[in-house]
Amino acid sequence: MGLNKKNKNKILHILTHLFIIVLGFMMIYPVLWMIISSFKPNNMIFSDPGLIPKAVTIENYISGWKGYAGTTFGRFFTNSFILCLGSVLGNLISCTMAAYAFARLKFTGKNFWFAIMMVTLMLPGQVTLVPRYIMFNTFGWVGTTLPLLAPKYLATDAFFVFLLVQFFRSLPKELDEAAIMDGCGKFGVFFRIILPLAKPALVTTSLFTFLWTWDDFMSPLLYLTKPDTYTVSRALRTFVGDAGSVANWGGALAMATLSLIPPFILFFSLQKYFVQGISTTGLKG
Amino acid sequence: MSGKSKVKRYLKKNSSAYIFLAPWLLGFFALTVYPMIYSLWLSFTNYNFSQPNSTVWIGFGNYAKMFGSLFGISEFTTSNGELIRTDPYYIKALTVTFKYVFISVPLKLIAALFLAMLMNQKIRGVSIYRAIYYIPTLLGGSVAIAVLWRKLFEKDGLVNLFLGVLGFVDLPSWITNPRYALGPLILLTVWQFGSSMIIFLAGLKQIPQEFYDAASVDGANPVRQFFSITIPLLSPVIFFNLVMQLIYAFQSFTQAYIIGGGRGGVLNSTLFYTLHLYIQGWAYREMGYASAMAWVLLLIIGGITFVVFKSSNLWLSYGTGE
Repeated sequence: MGLNKKNKNKILHILTHLFIIVLGFMMIYPVLWMIISSFKPNNMIFSDPGLIPKAVTIENYISGWKGYAGTTFGRFFTNSFILCLGSVLGNLISCTMAAYAFARLKFTGKNFWFAIMMVTLMLPGQVTLVPRYIMFNTFGWVGTTLPLLAPKYLATDAFFVFLLVQFFRSLPKELDEAAIMDGCGKFGVFFRIILPLAKPALVTTSLFTFLWTWDDFMSPLLYLTKPDTYTVSRALRTFVGDAGSVANWGGALAMATLSLIPPFILFFSLQKYFVQGISTTGLKG
Repeated sequence: MSGKSKVKRYLKKNSSAYIFLAPWLLGFFALTVYPMIYSLWLSFTNYNFSQPNSTVWIGFGNYAKMFGSLFGISEFTTSNGELIRTDPYYIKALTVTFKYVFISVPLKLIAALFLAMLMNQKIRGVSIYRAIYYIPTLLGGSVAIAVLWRKLFEKDGLVNLFLGVLGFVDLPSWITNPRYALGPLILLTVWQFGSSMIIFLAGLKQIPQEFYDAASVDGANPVRQFFSITIPLLSPVIFFNLVMQLIYAFQSFTQAYIIGGGRGGVLNSTLFYTLHLYIQGWAYREMGYASAMAWVLLLIIGGITFVVFKSSNLWLSYGTGE
């Protein structure tokens, strides 16, 4: 007799769901295992591949929190948050300004500058790495967060300029014209019309600036030389010895777990901005 | 008189735009143009950060230092008498990086496209699935995941525990065995296919269902439909993903750094290009040489992007399904 077409489709449907769920579970298994292992006693982490702990302890969190060179993770988290918020503010100010000029204002050489901006989008950062280091060193900035913060106030993240230009262009021009008729200047239009309407793009910009700064490892590695200025990502590296061995695995997994909480919260509370940001501009995420 | 009013007009027309553009312009000149010129100059010198005063021009010395070992040269003298040893690890770093990029990026895009197609069927719960599959991308770039990854692939790590349960014996340490060490890093990159998947999913939604209906009526099976409808219509998105992921992959640093403990792993099996650059520039302070390496990286990335752009004429279609 065999299956009719409808039943066949239904089975195919269920199999698809099943496949997606099983694969999805396998994909996030390592993360789940890390979270749960961070609550296992140190000697059980190695022997237990399962998700249900045989014993629960917060010992790892206590030992991990002690941090490095007398500085606790409380300090590292504070440093990371300050750096992230400072970077978000910088990008919001500088990138929106540049994007407004490119999207809305007429000026000599606009196409030229816009093309240049698009080229910098593709430029690998390594080419400017050494000279920037030498330059910041002569300023006496190595060892402070200034080399990480200052570039954000100069719109060096061209990706966000591009994202904002795209968004500003999609806003109806009639609004600007009406505002100008009512006596608004270019600054008025920027603050009263463009910025309030661009909220979704501003959220996307803030979100990814925060995440990338939070995860950034190379800049802190180069510039943050004193333990009390370390960010969380830089501090996590101190768990890994020079040959790659890790003495306190429990503490490492515990602090690693804590470090993932802010990205998680941002992701689940602002999911639609993620999807929007990624699918409209291809943010690498 | 007319010249003056011209200037006035020019200022009137441009001043406010340039005020808005000022931070970007300043950043562009101070943090991009000037550093690029500076690093180009450095790349032709033996600049060492510890002794900048003894810097001398060595012409293409740094570039010869990179590729000299290819020709069996172990040391050479520059025109002004500087003795330079060729870098025995540069070619290794280049090979490792190319292997990593050209295995991980295609696998990542295939995984992303496959999952995007599964989710593009009219099934419920797509937004939840999408969120779950995005989690690795969300977290994957962090030091935390790199530390975890090392744990997973060690000799007594989670991966071997599972393989042991499945009956495999004599399992290697995937991290310290140079034959396999690149594997975990490739897997870590492929694992983060979530954002490419979301981009593909958005692209797939743009393809009208009628095309598939019409193809079905004409008797085209799903495989045929995939190659005749999905791939051509999605090609701009595939192209975009490919270029972005290639550029991104060449610059990978954090994961290799953490998993190798700040070095290139056993026998330099995971010595990524940027990691080698970092070690040369910051551990050995050879910043002239590091600058030259950065310029070669720029040329490699630029060259590959150019080739992809050029070849896209052959397979890219912006049309309506022809």
